[in-house]
Amino acid sequence: MLEIKNLHVQIEDKRILNGLNLTVNKGEIAAIMGPNGSGKSTLSYVLAGKEDYEVLDGEILLDGENLLEMEPDERAAVGVFLAFQYPLEIPGVASMTFLKATLNAQRKARGEEELSTPDFIKRVNAAAQQLEIPKDMLKRALNVGFSGGEKKRMEILQMALLQPSFCILDETDSGLDIDALRIVSEGVNALRSPDRAFLVITHYQRLLNHIVPDTVHVMHSGRIVKSGGKELALELEASGYAEYRTGEAA
Amino acid sequence: MPAVQETIDQVRSIDVDQYKYGFETEVEMEKAPKGLSEDVIRFISAKKGEPEWMLQWRLDAYKRWLTMKEPNWARVSYDKIDYNDIYYYAAPKKNPAPKSLDEVDPEIVRTYEKLGIPLREQEILAGVEPRNRVAVDAVFDSVSVATTFKEELKKAGVIFMPISEAIREYPELVKQYLGSVVPVTDNYFATLNSAVFTDGSFVYVPPGVRCPMELSTYFRINEKNTGQFERTLIIADKGSYVSYLEGCTAPKRDENQLHAAVVELVALDDAEIKYSTVQNWYPGDAQGKGGIYNFVTKRGDCRGKNSVITWTQVETGSAITWKYPSCILRGDNSRGEFYSIAVSNGMQQVDSGTKMIHLGKNTTSRIISKGIAAGKSDNTYRGLVSAHRKATGARNFTNCDSLLIGNECGAHTVPYIESKNASAVFEHEATTSKISEDQMFYCQQRGLSEEEATALIVNGFVKDVLQQLPMEFAVEAQKLISISLEGSVG
Repeated sequence: MLEIKNLHVQIEDKRILNGLNLTVNKGEIAAIMGPNGSGKSTLSYVLAGKEDYEVLDGEILLDGENLLEMEPDERAAVGVFLAFQYPLEIPGVASMTFLKATLNAQRKARGEEELSTPDFIKRVNAAAQQLEIPKDMLKRALNVGFSGGEKKRMEILQMALLQPSFCILDETDSGLDIDALRIVSEGVNALRSPDRAFLVITHYQRLLNHIVPDTVHVMHSGRIVKSGGKELALELEASGYAEYRTGEAA
Repeated sequence: MPAVQETIDQVRSIDVDQYKYGFETEVEMEKAPKGLSEDVIRFISAKKGEPEWMLQWRLDAYKRWLTMKEPNWARVSYDKIDYNDIYYYAAPKKNPAPKSLDEVDPEIVRTYEKLGIPLREQEILAGVEPRNRVAVDAVFDSVSVATTFKEELKKAGVIFMPISEAIREYPELVKQYLGSVVPVTDNYFATLNSAVFTDGSFVYVPPGVRCPMELSTYFRINEKNTGQFERTLIIADKGSYVSYLEGCTAPKRDENQLHAAVVELVALDDAEIKYSTVQNWYPGDAQGKGGIYNFVTKRGDCRGKNSVITWTQVETGSAITWKYPSCILRGDNSRGEFYSIAVSNGMQQVDSGTKMIHLGKNTTSRIISKGIAAGKSDNTYRGLVSAHRKATGARNFTNCDSLLIGNECGAHTVPYIESKNASAVFEHEATTSKISEDQMFYCQQRGLSEEEATALIVNGFVKDVLQQLPMEFAVEAQKLISISLEGSVG
C-alpha cells in the first residue's frame, strides 16, 4: 500500500528526515513512536504534501503512484487523509458546509457523481451519532470555539465521511481526556478494514491500548531505528527512548 | 450550501479572463459635444425636454462646481481627470425615448439579455413566482431604455420610472425632494452630477403601501470616453416599504471612465427602504490600466419617526471606488444600517464606508463592513458615527473586518466617532486577518483545490453581509466575489 524509500527532507536548511524507509500494508495499523523532534510530524506533513518541506531524495508510493508529484488536494482524492494534531478553524463556514464541499470535491476529482443532499445528510448523521457529535455542533463554524476533544472528534468524523484508504493520525490523543480518547478510538476502530491502512503517530502507549497496532516503528533523528510488533510499544513505555539517544550530542 | 457549490463551479468555469461583462455593443449613438460648458448643460436639458426650473437648477450647480476643488483626502491616487475630455451625454440615436420595448434597438435588448437582465416581461414571468418578480429600469449610458412592470406597479400606486420622465410628469414631487438629502453644494462630484445628470430611477411609494415586487436599476456604460452621471431618488411615504437593487457593468477599455452618481433616499414616518447594490464596473487590467472611477454620493434621510434605511453593498468592480452610503437619522427612533462587502484585487483602490449621523432621540445604527484585499490592491474602510447634542439615547454598533490574501495588498480602517450627547453609546470592533497557509493546507488536505479553498474561506468571512441581500442576489454576489478573487492565490 504505502512505500517510503530513502526519504530525505529538510525545512529551511534544517535536515529533518534522513533516509527514512517504511512500508505499510493494506489493512495494517502501523504505529510510529519516538521522542520530540524525531521528525514524526514532519513525516505526516510530507505525506500530505505541505509546502515548505523540501524533499531532497527518496520516494513515496501509494499503491504504486508517486505521491510527491501530486498537490495536496490530489493526494486527498487518491485517499490520503491526515487527522491534524491542531485542526484549523474556518470562521463563518458551518461544519456541515465544509463536509459537503470537501466530499463533493473529492468525488468530482475521482470522476464520481456528487452526493445528493438527503444521502449526504443521512451519512453525516450516522457518522456523527457514533462519535457522539450533537447536531448543533455541525451547524457551528468549523472548529471555531470547539474544545480540544470536539476538534479531534470532528477530524474523525471527516475521516469517516471521506472514507480514505490511507489515514494518518498525528498525535490524535494529545489533549484528550479518557472519555474523549475512548470515543475517538472507537471511531477509528470502526473504520478498520482490509482495504485501509493507518499510520498512527503518538508519544504514548496509552492510545495504542485503544487502537491496537499490527506493527510499531521507533523513529529517531529522522529514521526508523527499530520495528516490531505491538509488544514493542510496551517495552518503550517501560524503558523510554534513552537507548536510542546514545551517540547524540547532549 | 448549494451556493457554495455554485461558487466553486463558477470559479472553475472562468478562464484567465475574469471580467465577463467586458463586451461592447455596436449601436449608433448621439452625443453632446465633448467637454463641459453651459451649452452642453442646455443641450442635455433640451434633450430631456426639461422645464425651465430644472435647467436653472443645473446651471446653478455648474456655476458652483466651477468654484470647487476636487477632494484629495481619500486613500486613492490617480492621474488628474480632464473634465473637458469627457462626453457628458450619449444616447442611442434610434429612438432615444422608446414608448415600449418594441421600439428599443434590438442590439440593446440583446445586450441586456447577454448581461442576464431580461427586459421582456413575458420572459421574466415564465416560471417565476409572482412574489419573486423584479421590476427593472435599464439605463444605457445616458438614457433609460426600458422600464418593466410599470403598469402593474401603477396599480399599487407605486411610481417607478426614469427620473427624466418623472421631472416632466411629477414635477412637484421631484421639486420637493430632489437635492433635499444631497444638496447641490454637497461635494465636488455631487455638484458635478447635479449639473450634468442624465438618467437614473425615480421611485415613489405612497403611504401605507408595501411595494409588491423588488425594484431594480441596471446601469450599463457602453460608449467610449463617456461619463455616466446617474441620479436616483427614492421616496417612501408614511408606513410604506420598498426594496431596491442596483447593478452595474461596463466594457473593458484601456482608458478610465468616470461614473459620478448621486442617490437620495427619503423615508417618512414608519417607512422602510432597503437599498442593495451589486457593483461590478470594469476594474481595469492586472497592470491597473483602464477601469471605472466610481465617485458616488449616496445618502438616505430617515426623515420620519420610526423610519428605517438599510444599505447593503457588494463592491467588486471599479479601478477606484470612493463611496460612503450614509444615513441621516433625523426622526426619533429611526434606524440606519450599512452592510458592506468590498473586494479588491489587481491594482484596484477602494476607499469606502458609511456615515451615521444621529440627530433624533433613541436613534440606532449598525455597521457591518467586510473588506477583502488581494493582489496589489488597497482597501480602506472610512466611517463616521456622530451624535448631535439632542440625540439622546443614540446607539451604534460597528464591526469592520478585513481579510488579506497574499502579501502585496493593504487593508486600512479609518473610523471617526463624534458624540455631543453623553447618553450616546457607540461600540466599535475591528479585526484584520489573513488567510493562513495552514488554513489553506488544511482545506486542500481535505480535497479542495486552492481556488475552492479560498472561495470557501471568503464565503465564511462575508456571510453576515450576504445574509442581508435578497436571496437571488446573494447567490449572484457570492459568484461575483469568487470571480473577482480568481487568480489571487498561488
